[in-house]
Amino acid sequence: MPADGGIGAPTKRREDVRFLKGTGRYTDDLNRPGQAYVFFLRSNVAHGRLKSVDTSAAAAMPGVVRVFTGADFEGVGGIPCGWQITDKHGEVMQEPAHPVLAQGKVRHVGDPIAAVVADSLEAARDAAEAIEADIEELPAVVDMKAALQDGSPKVHDDLTSNLCYDWGFVEENKAAVDEAFANAAHVTTLELVNNRLIANPMEPRVAIGDFDQAGGNSTLYTTSQNPHVIRLLMGAFVLGIPEHKLRVVAPDVGGGFGSKIFHYAEEAFCTFAAKALNRPVKWTASRSEAFMSDAHGRDHVTTIELALDGDNNFTALRTETHANMGAYLSTFAPSVPTWLHGTLMAGNYKTPLIYVNVKAVFTNTVPVDAYRGAGRPEASYQLERVVDKAARELGVDPIALRRQNFVTEFPYATPVAVEYDTGDYVATMDKLEEMIDISGFEARLAESKKRGKLRGLGVNCYIEACGIAPSNLVGQLGARAGLYESATVRVNATGGIVVMTGSHSHGQGHETSFPQVVAEMIGIDASMVEIEHGDTANAPMGMGTYGSRSIAVGGSAMVRATEKIIAKAKKIAAHLLEASEADIELKDGQFSVAGTDKSVAWGDVTLAAYVPHNYPLEEVEPGLEETAFYDPNNFTFPSGAYACEVEVDPETGKVTIESFAAADDFGNVINPMIVDGQVHGGIAQGIGQALLEACVYDEDGQLLTGSYMDYAMPRADDLPFYAVDHSCQTPCTHNPLGVKGCGEAGAIGSPPAVVNAVVDALQRAGKTNVTHIDMPLSPSRVWAAMNQ
Amino acid sequence: MYAFDLERPTTLADAQAALKSDEAQPLSGGQTLIPTLKQRLAMPEKLVSLTAIAELQGITKEGDTLTIGGATCHADVAADGSYPALSALAGQIGDPHVRNRGTIGGSLANNDPSACYPSAALASGAAIVTDRREIASDDFFTGMFETALDEGEIVTSVRFPIPERAAYVKFDQPASRFALVGVFVAKTADGVRVAVTGASEGGVFRWAEAEAALSSDFSPAAIEGLTVPSDDMIGDIHGTKDYRAHLVGVITKRAVAAAG
Repeated sequence: MPADGGIGAPTKRREDVRFLKGTGRYTDDLNRPGQAYVFFLRSNVAHGRLKSVDTSAAAAMPGVVRVFTGADFEGVGGIPCGWQITDKHGEVMQEPAHPVLAQGKVRHVGDPIAAVVADSLEAARDAAEAIEADIEELPAVVDMKAALQDGSPKVHDDLTSNLCYDWGFVEENKAAVDEAFANAAHVTTLELVNNRLIANPMEPRVAIGDFDQAGGNSTLYTTSQNPHVIRLLMGAFVLGIPEHKLRVVAPDVGGGFGSKIFHYAEEAFCTFAAKALNRPVKWTASRSEAFMSDAHGRDHVTTIELALDGDNNFTALRTETHANMGAYLSTFAPSVPTWLHGTLMAGNYKTPLIYVNVKAVFTNTVPVDAYRGAGRPEASYQLERVVDKAARELGVDPIALRRQNFVTEFPYATPVAVEYDTGDYVATMDKLEEMIDISGFEARLAESKKRGKLRGLGVNCYIEACGIAPSNLVGQLGARAGLYESATVRVNATGGIVVMTGSHSHGQGHETSFPQVVAEMIGIDASMVEIEHGDTANAPMGMGTYGSRSIAVGGSAMVRATEKIIAKAKKIAAHLLEASEADIELKDGQFSVAGTDKSVAWGDVTLAAYVPHNYPLEEVEPGLEETAFYDPNNFTFPSGAYACEVEVDPETGKVTIESFAAADDFGNVINPMIVDGQVHGGIAQGIGQALLEACVYDEDGQLLTGSYMDYAMPRADDLPFYAVDHSCQTPCTHNPLGVKGCGEAGAIGSPPAVVNAVVDALQRAGKTNVTHIDMPLSPSRVWAAMNQ
Repeated sequence: MYAFDLERPTTLADAQAALKSDEAQPLSGGQTLIPTLKQRLAMPEKLVSLTAIAELQGITKEGDTLTIGGATCHADVAADGSYPALSALAGQIGDPHVRNRGTIGGSLANNDPSACYPSAALASGAAIVTDRREIASDDFFTGMFETALDEGEIVTSVRFPIPERAAYVKFDQPASRFALVGVFVAKTADGVRVAVTGASEGGVFRWAEAEAALSSDFSPAAIEGLTVPSDDMIGDIHGTKDYRAHLVGVITKRAVAAAG
């Protein structure tokens, strides 16, 4: 292993030095010469007809450069959706137009009506107040089921209804599933809400448009998880700028959690306005704007039914979900409740028959899209809650019921279209039981009771699909793009390496973990390898970071490119050593001739590549730079078992997490410290969803949780120390590193563990009528459930 | 934020003079006013800062009376310790930034229905001293965000009689960590006073039944069975009216237990 850390080393994150010292370079740190600032006038009503927008007074205000409205974007494309779902009748989804600035109607609080560009932000804000927007307020629809009723207000007048699609999966199995339910010995039913969340990355979104009149080139600096995707979507579908005339740069990005995947109107506006005005235009979201313009997450309402035979084997599963799309279709929105949710409904279990129905619904709310886990937390939560409820109804141990139904043979083809390549659910459950001291629970319960507190233990499993995704598969499923990843490995003359990758790091630690792989392969120090990402001018076309795909897909591309480098370097070494290429071995950065003491160092070979004085020019080109694109042939399937122990204050309903344990199988691990950190962060977000976070609208579509005064984020003292283990490793069978991905696991596995634990605590205290409480399990909700 | 003029007088007289203009508004720690200005929800022409005035600063103890200057920040009160329940309350307000900027006079004058300080002033029977008069705490808090202060009147100090026993228990609103319900209990030779914040649409209030019960038996058991009507309670996404009414009893018991 390289002295400063190869594969498997807990190397400290090199990027943290600049982040912790305040020397990170975020988009808002960038300022272009002569830049102007834009302020968006946003709708304060959820639904209304735009009768007129008079900008004349605003345009005359001091410092104002120009005021734009929806009329300026006639003939410009709308914000596109990247995924098309075909519904259960074979019809394609209803896809409304999404103009950059509102045209005709406003459809949610925060919908941009006009944009004021001025010499300063204050001047832009002052002028925005002088805009006269005459809006005829219309009745708003927020509740999904109400939105599907006849006579409901229509979010989009030109669509037939508020139903985006009605998806059945797998439609051909429905009759068999229904029959299995008719024949079941026991059926457990649960209705639940997966609460709407706001991602709240530490860094709000920022966009700077820049235009080089001399060359006719546009540049967008933006807070994105995938700059190439933004270049493609914005260039091709919105502004009509060919990719060779458009550069997108996403420098240091302070967290995304999904919310910075999508192409947003503000990005298109700044790029458009910079060209129109021949002047850089900058937008920095305030936190209040972030609450009402960043895509929200989750927001599913589900009824799930589990059928069991007389021996407690799962025989069928049936779900009906309403999924909120918000007012427009965000980039990935249609795929979240379908292909990222329906395909995971088998979970860790060999349930033979599954039918999933999803109705996606337009409402007068902010668009909803992928948020850490994206569809998989929703699937896991339903399944692990209904299994827990079934165990209680049947009077069997919830862990034993799970074990009895585990998939144990791999590869395993689920009835919901995916094939798990590998896994060992028994091993992670064994590990979990070892970590949590179940036999000591009764004593801990008694101790809590002495202090007047209730105590409960919740256990669950999860499976997820990462490494998104095989392009040929997602193409069949409605993706309008491929989902490969790319890497260029550029070796310099003196042996140092720059890897340019399409994977974007916005907190994941790629700058540390990616070099560990290359260093290990060549046998040089990791400090000789640098990662560049986030600039379409440097990195080859890549699809970016989401779905825990970076190491599994981007890392694999980097491995393939490094293999090409090594193959070429061996040719050069063979020439230098006057040996046959087949006899060259690479170890610890030395090329040697097998069976001899003849060798040449990595640096000698790289120098020869760029100073080809003694070089086989007729056989090998000079230089040492290779590119690879990697497209996986399957998803990866991380899995695990989680446990949570809680105390509940019966007088106030307040839940305290006493302990939390996670036993994960991520396959091979590159940097275990970074993996620990990813799991910790994921669990914190999952506990946030389970106990604290909720995005709430009132019936008129006003956002009641528009600031941190009302939107409860988890804080350090809400969280316990976690016991985290990833020693159970069944390597992925189809990517070169055997890795699976760890970024979302914590957020997927933890909500059901918390809710199972709280319900367990109440049940043990004799509250046998409490079989479920919807998240977040705030003190008032738990108290209400106990006193219903 | 809209543009405004800022004056930073060093004497009370200069502050009073500066506040004579109709469009002037006093600024103490700014923990409510500055966010309001940033949201462009207020448009004062002039702010008169009170934090550079020496006579509004500092804490003095004479016998059983603690006098706190109106512009004294929460962190200073938290560190003082001569009225332990009051210091404990101050140490739980907001975060270190808030505690080093926010002031007792500013908090009392704002009378946020979820703020902590009003309950301490009311339960302790404190006197709010202004540049014009002295106002008993029973007369000071007149409703949500409303006080007996006149326009331009400045809270110069707050005088707390230190009780025999006292405690403040706060049950946090999960997002803001203001009081969902906060109860301050103070026992003196004259009896017991119980002040509740966070719960009522009328702002901080005294719970007379609990005071009567505790004056004859200062123990958590004395609260058993007592209830406040839920009609006047705040009901919002963090708790219904019934939940808050229930919490008033629970948190009062805990405050009595904490007072020992």
